[in-house]
Amino acid sequence: MSLDAAADAGTAAITVNGLTVALGDAARARRLSDWLRHELGLTGTKTGCDAGDCGACTVLLDGAPVCACLTPLGQAAGRSVTTVEGLDRAGMARLQDAFLRHGATQCGICTPGMLMAAAALLAREPHPDRAQVETALAGVLCRCTGYAKIIDAVLDAGRPAEPPGSRALGARIARLDGPPRVTGRARYGADEIPPSCLTVRAIRSPHPHADFAFGDLAAWAAARPWVAAVLTAADIPGRNRFGVIPPFADQPALAEGRARFRGEAVAIVVGEPGPTEMADLSDFPVRWTPLPAITDPAAAAAAEPLHPDRPQNLLTAGRVRRGDVAAAMAGAAHVVEGTMRTAFVEHSPIEPEAGVAWLDGDMLVIRASTQAPAMDRDDTAAVLGLPPERVRTIPSACGGGFGTKLDLSVQPLIGLAALRTGRPCRMVYTRTESMQATTKRHPGRLRARIGADQAGRLVALDFDAEFDTGAYASWGPTVANRVPVHATGPYRFAAVRAEARARHTNNPVAGAFRGFGVPQGALCLETLLDPLAEACGLDRLEFRILNALRDGDATATGQVLRGVGIGECLRALRPHWADALAEAEAANATARGPLRRGVGVASCWYGCGNTSLPNPSTVRIGITPEGRPVLHQGATDIGQGSDTVITQIAAEALGLPVDAFTLVGPDTLLTPDCGKTSASRQTYVTGRAAAAAARALRAQILRLANAGDEARLSLGEGGLCVTDAAGTRPVPLGPAGPDGYALRAEESYDPPTTALDADGQGTPYAVYGWGAQMAEVEVDTALGTVRVLRITAAHDLGRVVNPLLAEGQIEGGIAQGLGLALMEEYLPDRTENLHDYLIPTIGDMPDIVPILIEVPDPEGPFGAKGLGEHALIPTAPAILNAVRHATGVRPDRVPLLPHRLREALR
Amino acid sequence: MDPQTLDPQAAYHRPGDLDAALRLMAALRPTVLAGGTDLFPATQRPALTGPVLDITAIAGLSGIAETDGGMRIGAATRWSAIAGAPLPAALEALRQAAREVGAVQIQNAGTIGGNLCNASPAADGVPPLLACGAEVELASLRGRRRLPLAAFITGPRRTALAPDEIMTAVILPRAGLAGRSAFLKLGARRHLVISIAMVAVRVECAGGRIGRAAIAVGACSAVARRLPAVEAALAGQPLEAPVIDPAAVAAALAPIDDARASAEYRSLAAAELIGRALAMAIGPEREAA
Ligand SMILES: Cc1cc2nc3c(=O)[nH]c(=O)nc-3n(C[C@H](O)[C@H](O)[C@H](O)COP(=O)(O)OP(=O)(O)OC[C@H]3O[C@@H](n4cnc5c(N)ncnc54)[C@H](O)[C@@H]3O)c2cc1C
Ligand code: FES
Ligand code: FES
Repeated sequence: MSLDAAADAGTAAITVNGLTVALGDAARARRLSDWLRHELGLTGTKTGCDAGDCGACTVLLDGAPVCACLTPLGQAAGRSVTTVEGLDRAGMARLQDAFLRHGATQCGICTPGMLMAAAALLAREPHPDRAQVETALAGVLCRCTGYAKIIDAVLDAGRPAEPPGSRALGARIARLDGPPRVTGRARYGADEIPPSCLTVRAIRSPHPHADFAFGDLAAWAAARPWVAAVLTAADIPGRNRFGVIPPFADQPALAEGRARFRGEAVAIVVGEPGPTEMADLSDFPVRWTPLPAITDPAAAAAAEPLHPDRPQNLLTAGRVRRGDVAAAMAGAAHVVEGTMRTAFVEHSPIEPEAGVAWLDGDMLVIRASTQAPAMDRDDTAAVLGLPPERVRTIPSACGGGFGTKLDLSVQPLIGLAALRTGRPCRMVYTRTESMQATTKRHPGRLRARIGADQAGRLVALDFDAEFDTGAYASWGPTVANRVPVHATGPYRFAAVRAEARARHTNNPVAGAFRGFGVPQGALCLETLLDPLAEACGLDRLEFRILNALRDGDATATGQVLRGVGIGECLRALRPHWADALAEAEAANATARGPLRRGVGVASCWYGCGNTSLPNPSTVRIGITPEGRPVLHQGATDIGQGSDTVITQIAAEALGLPVDAFTLVGPDTLLTPDCGKTSASRQTYVTGRAAAAAARALRAQILRLANAGDEARLSLGEGGLCVTDAAGTRPVPLGPAGPDGYALRAEESYDPPTTALDADGQGTPYAVYGWGAQMAEVEVDTALGTVRVLRITAAHDLGRVVNPLLAEGQIEGGIAQGLGLALMEEYLPDRTENLHDYLIPTIGDMPDIVPILIEVPDPEGPFGAKGLGEHALIPTAPAILNAVRHATGVRPDRVPLLPHRLREALR
Repeated sequence: MDPQTLDPQAAYHRPGDLDAALRLMAALRPTVLAGGTDLFPATQRPALTGPVLDITAIAGLSGIAETDGGMRIGAATRWSAIAGAPLPAALEALRQAAREVGAVQIQNAGTIGGNLCNASPAADGVPPLLACGAEVELASLRGRRRLPLAAFITGPRRTALAPDEIMTAVILPRAGLAGRSAFLKLGARRHLVISIAMVAVRVECAGGRIGRAAIAVGACSAVARRLPAVEAALAGQPLEAPVIDPAAVAAALAPIDDARASAEYRSLAAAELIGRALAMAIGPEREAA
């Protein structure tokens, strides 16, 4: 008898969402997730790590949640599997609805896992409490939401759906692109799997710095019938240099003879999916000659340059000078000085980089997860030697970006593979690849000296920041320029000298990460303001209020500000501050063990859009002959909510309800360029373009209907109508033009900024956003651990377009700020996965109290300002200030790991 | 190596009885697969490469039972089953550890035997079992044998398991089931975290004093270990305020510096955690006294 025959009988099938599926000859040792996605096309089950760490792949096995990536098909045989696609059938439609209603899904990549984990809980406990929810969801990571709204949604899942309320500008409407995210239908970078598709895998440098040479590639390929192509830099038809800032473009898509950081791609193997994914590529014929590597940024200036045209490994330096710092400092009554050191921080979107490329006639189509479709098209076209018109970029749903998906990743590689093989080519980074090869937050070594006068007014700031920008330029120049401009925080200083330098090393490429270096600067400044306030004999919050910028004040760059909201944000914290201080004091007075409470505060300001560089957005709106508005919107929604917010703005300006709109794009063929989703610019810049296009269209409609501006538009049975004093009448829309529209309008908007001079004087941004956060912490002084109990976050949005989404940005920013403060530190070769690299889990999150403030900006659409990055900036310094309040020790290095704090407390 | 195709069905074996499994072990030397929560993360491939012996269908390999000599926990028992089982107070530490292994998804798949055979220095299952003097039962066609857990784990990721052996059970001798226990784990975040340090403490109390104490510490040496000197110093101490000597704890450990913590911190944290776990374990005794 065969050993398995008996065991195998009756287990040759799996019940998936109620349907029996024969396993056939599928490998029983295969991951259940891989089988569900690739054999059954159930791509609602997401994979973020293939290691059990992210929980995105959670499915129910006989009702119990398991990671599908860790479940061998053989163990699911004969059992029942429920995936997100089967939730509805499992009676969990209300849970899905609650996720939408509460804004519990942002990018949505974690949503299927969250839903499945929650469904398992609700099936056994229909009315769970918060602690039960936290335990049940603890195995699923979310990088976007800060978990607060997810918990709210699960607690509220029993409630039936309610009819939508007001949908106007300012209304709390659920995200328009939400439904596919809660049903598993949203298609992310890895979810498009064309039938004849090849798989692309990269060969990457195991060394931070090494020369390399290939062996006999042809022979290696020939010995492997599944290999369709092996491609190296020699096969790249165009300019093998890409970069987000064209004058600094320096990064090869495939390295040429020398790798400059660990994880840099040197070749790709393109082959049939199954065998290519199973292949062990460790025998790929490449010989490495390791070179001395610069891993310590302090040694970079004296070391041999990585790029010969950048002496002292200096990529760029940015500087702002105003007033006489030396004199002001000399005259100051109180001066404090200190340093701050920060680490590489990995964005860790739960969706690794992924995409597929194919040829449509002579058009190369690239469908990938991205934040910058137009930049991708142009850079990929350049690398592949194609005119930009022959490349079309269609962003997939994006499972988190936070800055890392602004730079190219898979695009040139799958594009090259598709061009060379003529077949669709797909690439999905493993988690480790994603961590090794993509950009990080710039580690900084910062130093500041701050002076205040007798009355506690800030008089002088001397600020210096040295950033490790890694092997290639990426966004290093932006960081070096943005940081000095923001060095003062939202405070008035009489004299300022601020300088930042981005220095190359053989470390990972540092790029854009929510805040472009500003959070590092704020960590240094804000943690020194506390001792300074005390030296001045002032309360720490009042000290900040006293020094907060006001309307009409000039910044360190000499820009006179309007719509300044920092004072209101800080003042909004006053009652919370008093309560929190009293509570902490009372707790500490009676504490007998090692626990100490503390309260801290920190502020932020942040310029929306590129620093002194053009960054226009163009929006097109058409009206079909039936009267329906169609919004061509090229801004990628990476979870932050632009699809919804831009539509709300357009709806308000046009005068039709949000539900009337059809959304098109983003797609470089179908939508005009709305620039990149970065620098907190979409609500402001694309919002302005959308408002302008909608107003232009409204003017056309009113002209056609012979109505005045006070007329009301409506869309009903009879098509598009206007109502004014003369009554209601249909708008006589003509027939469709070649674009399918009866009417259309296209408008652009570019922020009015000016270049900065050698002293950093000028108008770098047209709009700023403002915020202040207060952290309450409990420090275990024996173990050096910090528990953040509550964050009260006041943010000035100018005009709140959608409070639900705004709160989500705040909560998510706080989660990342908490990670920056307490746990996140990327170390090449040591933390290249999500169990060694720690991001906050549901249990690490404090109670968050968002306070939305509206000080209209004269330039923003309906007064609105950006928010995306702002929310992260004050969190880490507020936490550190609270730790200092609790312990008396000012931490000068993040992450403040337990052993570091314990050491400092000795 | 030539890549495996995706359909080596024959390379995956899931026998229903131990005898068949042991014959496969002898013949094929397959990779033993239990919950897969250590095996799958170790590869980036979409499938494990064979041959694979899945032990989770073997009759008698899962479940917790009282025996004449004490208790027996099948090697393929999942952490969630341990967390939910009625266990004596001496195994409270094991239950607490079970609830902290990863998160519910991991607990629903991962097994106690897998945790021990994987032999990570940070395996949370080890200290609670060491504190109970646990033994492991190993089986092959050659026969069955028992080893104290402390002898089974020979180094980081190294065990005394012979290539043809399967771990069949964890055995808890009656003597180790006396008293109460507690487990504490320290990491840089709340859930899903590899321990910086973890401790299990089991105490037997009598007459308002500590009678016997068993203390095990993990992640602070290459292999989790008992701290006999610290245990001895606790015997006879009053329940009110037992004193732990941090120097004695440090002397008994050999921690390393790594990305998660410094060696010095680990020793210090271990001493602190021992004190707290001890307080948790004797708390009910103190109330009763
Ligand atoms: C996200 C995540 C979080 C985790 N968190 C924790 C944690 O907090 N604490 C912790 O301790 N661990 C943790 N782990 C590790 C893992 O879950 C545990 O070690 C688990 O108990 C392993 O059991 P398993 O059945 O899944 O092992 P498997 O992966 O199936 O096997 C592990 C090893 O043991 C061998 N093996 C398994 N069973 C036997 C047997 N009966 N006889 C002989 N050999 C056998 C296998 O061949 C393999 O080498 C985590 C893992 C993940 C993925
Ligand atoms: S993909 Fe399974 S846990 Fe991340
Ligand atoms: S919404 Fe959770 S990861 Fe993006």
